[in-house]
Amino acid sequence: MSDVKLPSVMDETVSRRDFLKLAWGAAGLLALVEAGGVALSFFSPRTAEGRFGGVFEVGAVDDFPPGSVTPFNAGRFYLVRMEDGGFLALYRKCTHLGCAVPWNQAEQKFICPCHASAFERDGQVLNPPAPRPLDRFLVTIVDGMVRVDTGAPIQRDRPGPADLVYA
Amino acid sequence: MAENPDPRPEHLPQRIWESIQRDELPPPDDRGRMRLVMNNLVLHLHPSKVARPTLKFTYTWGLGGLALLLVMILAVTGVLLMFEYTPTPQTAYLDMLKLQTEVWYGQLIRNLHHWSGNLLVITVFLHLLRVFFTGGFRTPREFNWVLGLGLLLLVVAANFTGYLLPWDQLAYWAVTVGSSLLSYVPLIGEPLRNFLLGGPEVGAATLTNFYGLHVAIIPLALMGIVSFHIWRVRKDTLSIPRRLDGKIDDGGTGSTQVEKVTTLPHLVSRELVFALVMTGLILMWSVWVNAPLEAAANPDHSPNPAKAAWYFMGLQELLLHFHPVFGAIIIPTLALGALAILPYQRFDLSAEGVWFRSLKGRQMALVGAVTGLIATPALVLLDEYALDLPGLMPSLPTLISNGWIPLAALLLLLIVYYEIIKRVFKATACESRQSVFVLLVTAFVVLTVIGIAFRGEGMALMWPWEVLG
Repeated sequence: MSDVKLPSVMDETVSRRDFLKLAWGAAGLLALVEAGGVALSFFSPRTAEGRFGGVFEVGAVDDFPPGSVTPFNAGRFYLVRMEDGGFLALYRKCTHLGCAVPWNQAEQKFICPCHASAFERDGQVLNPPAPRPLDRFLVTIVDGMVRVDTGAPIQRDRPGPADLVYA
Repeated sequence: MAENPDPRPEHLPQRIWESIQRDELPPPDDRGRMRLVMNNLVLHLHPSKVARPTLKFTYTWGLGGLALLLVMILAVTGVLLMFEYTPTPQTAYLDMLKLQTEVWYGQLIRNLHHWSGNLLVITVFLHLLRVFFTGGFRTPREFNWVLGLGLLLLVVAANFTGYLLPWDQLAYWAVTVGSSLLSYVPLIGEPLRNFLLGGPEVGAATLTNFYGLHVAIIPLALMGIVSFHIWRVRKDTLSIPRRLDGKIDDGGTGSTQVEKVTTLPHLVSRELVFALVMTGLILMWSVWVNAPLEAAANPDHSPNPAKAAWYFMGLQELLLHFHPVFGAIIIPTLALGALAILPYQRFDLSAEGVWFRSLKGRQMALVGAVTGLIATPALVLLDEYALDLPGLMPSLPTLISNGWIPLAALLLLLIVYYEIIKRVFKATACESRQSVFVLLVTAFVVLTVIGIAFRGEGMALMWPWEVLG
């Protein structure tokens, strides 16, 4: 470093050397971020393949008697028809740690084999450790046919009548 | 006559040999031996001279060296397996069957890889305990302790990603459960999990991601940090083993002067013998015991019980007692954080190289172990059969009733325990901290054992023979 005192006006401006240093640094940083972004994008979710994630037309309204629970493995959900005729599609993934929850016909509840979480027919938690009810999928009924959109599971704090869809 | 313009040996083969091996073999004297260690790429991992007391096997138990040996076995067998394995859901499980039935020595190579990987987890854990109990993390080795923790995490990550590759039921559901732990991290958890799995559930993209991590990214990171770790050991040297009276443990009368010997042959020969014996044992074990392989992965059917990999069973046991945010995130983070700042605490006892610090340290460590051995099963039974915190406080969210409240209670108990050790038994801070460490390690091991052996269908508590039956 030289001891030459710069004119005062130079103190406030960036020297050419500093500017270039900064520019190099910024360009290097940008290049790193870009390269990192590209690398990470290689990991990012690739969900287009496979059928889960799309819309399922599962059948006519009358195919599902009230009080029935019908599994659809390809869509990862159960189509539940409540006693009052309301439809509900439950994501079978346990809200605790992601195991596939089977419907126990004898006990009339969902019991997770992994950590013994249990859920009612409408997804309500009967037994922890599950922290919230089973997620649901959007159900629509068009011309008497039941459709389930598995695109995005809907989380809820407690099940309610608003979750049910009627023919 | 003019001077010889070329001082090299007369014969061509000799000239070639000397261009490769510069030092005289075998080395004629100590000076030659030291030079050989310095000039050889592999041997140069070592200093040219080491303190004789550190050669004592029952001081280091060869655990760091064993970890390195296992990494080498894993690299060789892993590369071989790559030639017989394609990471897609259609082929992965079939490749496992082919390895067992068609590929020559396929089962043996897979067994070697499987058992070495599992043994590596145990080895690095024991290595951590050894370094802790001999005070090997003290100045100037604080940061190398932190690097070691990083390596422990990488080893577990390598194991976890490798766990998925056979694509059997064990693999599929262990990874489903294990990765679901991530989704409890607030805000970023769910996206992070989807990113890692390459989608909302374990599938083809997950297999590709885990394969890439397992065969390239994690091994590269491991290699880099291991080099740093070993280089630091070489720079800082090993701590000198000492007896309770503070004198150097040299197997004799105990002196105050450290004797130094050349690395070649004193250290290198011991390493070679130990590596050979361990390789032999691992080979024999792998000939006799096959790596497990269950039915092909079936996303429609979770087995009962669905257990995580055995080294996560302590964590999974915690999850049965705490709200998931606490069991999976807060408690492990607290534990790792505490381990990382451990070497930066103030020391009120100069105990480097003394097993368990001091006589009182040994007694207090025993107290910690016994307390952990009794208290952990007691608390598990209490929570399982008697105490229903969320039931007692139905108005509170389970995050508080089954998270903050039990955690605060346990931390309070730990503080009380620490103060009792310190005040009633008049232990120093170093000895008291060690006692708490022993208590927590014992608790972790007990939880792991409960998770592995005492949890049956529906994760209900059972006796081991009932679980098997």
